[in-house]
Amino acid sequence: MKKMIDTDLLVIGGGAAGLCAAAEAAGAGARVTVIESDLHAGGQLVKQTHKFFGSKDEYAGTRGFKIADILLDEINSLGDKVEIRTNTTVTGYYPEEGFFTAMKGEEEYYRIKAKKTVVATGAQERLIPFPNNDLPGVYGAGAVQTLMNVYGVVPGKKVLMVGAGNIGLIVSYQLRQAGVEIAAVVEAMPKVGGYWVHAAKIRRLGIPILLRHTIVEAFGDKVIEGAVIQELDDKFSLIGEPRTIECDVICMAVGLTPTTELFWQADARMLYCPQLCGHVPYRDETMRTSHPDIWVAGDASGIEEASAAMVEGRIAGHSAAKALGLPVREESFKEYWTRLDHLRAGEVGEKIRGGICQVLVDGWEA
Amino acid sequence: MELIQKHPILEFRHGNEVTFTFDGQEMKGFEGEPIAMALHANDVRIYRVTPEMKRPRGFFCAIGKCSSCFMVVDGVPNVRTCVTPLEPGMKVETQHGKGLVPLEAK
Repeated sequence: MKKMIDTDLLVIGGGAAGLCAAAEAAGAGARVTVIESDLHAGGQLVKQTHKFFGSKDEYAGTRGFKIADILLDEINSLGDKVEIRTNTTVTGYYPEEGFFTAMKGEEEYYRIKAKKTVVATGAQERLIPFPNNDLPGVYGAGAVQTLMNVYGVVPGKKVLMVGAGNIGLIVSYQLRQAGVEIAAVVEAMPKVGGYWVHAAKIRRLGIPILLRHTIVEAFGDKVIEGAVIQELDDKFSLIGEPRTIECDVICMAVGLTPTTELFWQADARMLYCPQLCGHVPYRDETMRTSHPDIWVAGDASGIEEASAAMVEGRIAGHSAAKALGLPVREESFKEYWTRLDHLRAGEVGEKIRGGICQVLVDGWEA
Repeated sequence: MELIQKHPILEFRHGNEVTFTFDGQEMKGFEGEPIAMALHANDVRIYRVTPEMKRPRGFFCAIGKCSSCFMVVDGVPNVRTCVTPLEPGMKVETQHGKGLVPLEAK
């Protein structure tokens, strides 16, 4: 195996954002290498059975896993411009030498030298503290989706869902599609965080959404056998009687945080931004970070949703291709921003807009 | 194996069924699918035992980021079983403690 590979554009992460960046740049003529740590490309899209919202440009009305196929078809139609390397993890960036290191499987290491790089590493699950939260059976919502929607494995018999944001609501519905019982959805906030339609879907199935409730502890001898939940008052203090819920899976849908190690290694300027759910790199309108050869797209730039990730990927791929000296369609850039603004409009986009204005810069000094 | 038999939207296309062992016990799984998924389908929940507190751990993130599902595979410790494809005849073992670099692997 070659120990050093060369590419025009390296895209780290083959999910919604990364695939769009790769497709966009390759469409302009760039040679692109996509590195994907999972066994297949598509990221979290492949785990989504629900139909997307937004507009036609972001495949509204199409189920998530089919959107992954559409993006891969687009990439395949570009011939051999894009190489996707799965089961490969980028393990580090060496700024002095200007290369990345990658690991295929667990042991085969090599280096990648790229003229430009889009980091679209996505996000990782958060966990909240409670006794026995480390017992087998406490699973991230993404893990539950992987089990049942990618590999067809039954995650458990009865699930307690923690969190009523979009992910908690969607995964609850998906669990029922897979034939799994849900004891309840608990949510510490006084209102459902996700879209009303998702909440309505699971309420129609008779699944209780317990607002102002939290998980106090999990219990079980070696593996999860149940959980204790309790009500919260306005100040998030426990009130009322604790209730025991029998379950063999506690599904954590308490949010995500951007995966940013490579930005730190590249010494990109970072900011802790609660609205974007963690540390994120500053970026200009083209999604370029303070490192002149590194762009960001998708959840790695702040937790949002897949539609916005896809558009950000297009913007980053477009800009990276232009920086490579390739001819790009200039109008596309404005069109992508119109789409992003549309996705972030209104009340639902308020938090995101508030976050992005803190990290968006006018431009980087040459 | 505990597999979803009927799904309103998804169709599952599994790979070849192969045999592997977990702590010496023979099990069946699908070639090319992650080891952790094959174990879960065989009702295995505990993948390792932590070095100091001796706490049982299963998997958590299933995308190779959290280290919870480290196991010993064909003598190699700390293998991320959630993103390592199953191969026929693999020897999968519960990892106790930190795991030592093997002097001889497969």
